[in-house]
Amino acid sequence: MADTRKNSSNPFVQISDLRKSFGDQEVLRGVSLTIPRGETTVVLGQSGEGKSVLLKHINGLLTPDSGSILIDGEEIVGLSERALRPTRRKVGILFQDGALFDSMTVAENVVFPLQEEGIRDRKVLLERAREVLSVVGLEEHMAKMPINISGGMRKRVALARAVINRPECVLYDEPTAGLDPIVADSIDHLIRRLEHEYEITSIVVTHDMKSMNFVADHVAVLRGGKIYFHGTPKELNALHDETIQNFIHGRSGESRS
Amino acid sequence: MGGFIKLLGQLTLGFFRWLGQLTDLVIEMGTAIVRGRPRFNLTGHQIVSVGFGSQLVVIVTGAFTGAVFAAQSYFKFSDLGLASGVGPVVSIALCRELGPVLTGLMVSGRVGAAMAAEIGTMKVTEQVDALRSMGVHPVDYLVIPRAIGLMFSMPLLVAEAIGFGLLASHVLIVWHFNVPSTWYDYHVVANTALEDIAIGMIKGFVFGALIVVISCHQGLKATNGAVGVGRGTTAAVVQSSLAILITNMFLSFLLNYFFPLGSGNY
Repeated sequence: MADTRKNSSNPFVQISDLRKSFGDQEVLRGVSLTIPRGETTVVLGQSGEGKSVLLKHINGLLTPDSGSILIDGEEIVGLSERALRPTRRKVGILFQDGALFDSMTVAENVVFPLQEEGIRDRKVLLERAREVLSVVGLEEHMAKMPINISGGMRKRVALARAVINRPECVLYDEPTAGLDPIVADSIDHLIRRLEHEYEITSIVVTHDMKSMNFVADHVAVLRGGKIYFHGTPKELNALHDETIQNFIHGRSGESRS
Repeated sequence: MGGFIKLLGQLTLGFFRWLGQLTDLVIEMGTAIVRGRPRFNLTGHQIVSVGFGSQLVVIVTGAFTGAVFAAQSYFKFSDLGLASGVGPVVSIALCRELGPVLTGLMVSGRVGAAMAAEIGTMKVTEQVDALRSMGVHPVDYLVIPRAIGLMFSMPLLVAEAIGFGLLASHVLIVWHFNVPSTWYDYHVVANTALEDIAIGMIKGFVFGALIVVISCHQGLKATNGAVGVGRGTTAAVVQSSLAILITNMFLSFLLNYFFPLGSGNY
């Protein structure tokens, strides 16, 4: 299906003909996608379509078999782990389960990226932790260990950690998966708030249609290892395509017996 | 027959793949030491955790091995009229072989397993990916502090095992078998050289390096959730233990070439 949105001036991410296989299984079969700067793009798709695989390529956590990924104009395919470091600092990521460090408190987790940048002043670190945790509404949980907070809180802490050093782009891997509707809604609001407050480019991988309709400026549907649709949420919802309509309305396509 | 050859081929390929992966990790560790930034807090924490924390295990191992080895030696040597040889045999065996090997085996069980399990759990829960996503190389952050901590601690732990082994042998021989204390100590000191102790500590350093590389490798390649972490932990202990025993033989010959038994300034 054709790309219906042509707003690609000064994009933050440009992916061209990306291919990735795991053993015999070809997951990405030539994905091409442009992510506009300062806006939110949602990548939709069924489970197992390779959404998270695509996301991990954007941060260089996976290496493609072939294809090109430009981040802020710079090619990252082929770069070594150490050479990727400056690019990774521009791109934060929220992992599906938060991936907080078990051995650190909430505050230590949040300030970890700053410490890695060489900030050692405990007062400054504490101040920054308090500031960013107040944005996600968790400043009173700073001293707790990740094991002692709920799943929704862990995601919010992980989000605080992802944005504390003001990255230009944040990748969200299923940010609302496994959360109750109220907590999921609060995460959606946070994504919007961070985009506006910090002018962050956001790429959200999800199969949650409510979340997509709330946060997306652009939508890309991944199907069969390729981009099946790319446009706005309005265009997606209005599309007369059985596959898309089944996905939007959560229908498996099987008749009721 | 065909099946046997196929199995042999697979085992050989698996062994060389494993060796290649370990070499990659060692090269990456070298790069990290040269280009990474020092992490004194983490390294200090590791020295306390793996070095200080392993003392009880090492002291008990060294003491009881020294005592039982002295007793068994005394039974036979006194029959042969060679009771004066008990102290030197126990001392040389503890310094050159038993001290470093048993310490290595105990530490691989205690520390190697913990390293593989910790790093493996971090890998399967995406914490290692989280580090990478923040521009932190996992080898810099997870492996190097552990390597420095253990390679610093192991020679000291070996020295401790030797010391407590000798002390226990002294107590047993003198108190239980009524051998004069000064006579026993004289033969131990007269037949033990600094080179013998140095061999034990060099072996400890090498075994520390083996434990770290093998255990961290198993942790970093863990997949498949809790099952994968369990497999990696078991593999870390088994591989480290075997590597220690096999390396010890070659190391003994090599070190004996540089410090031949009996060549020291007694």
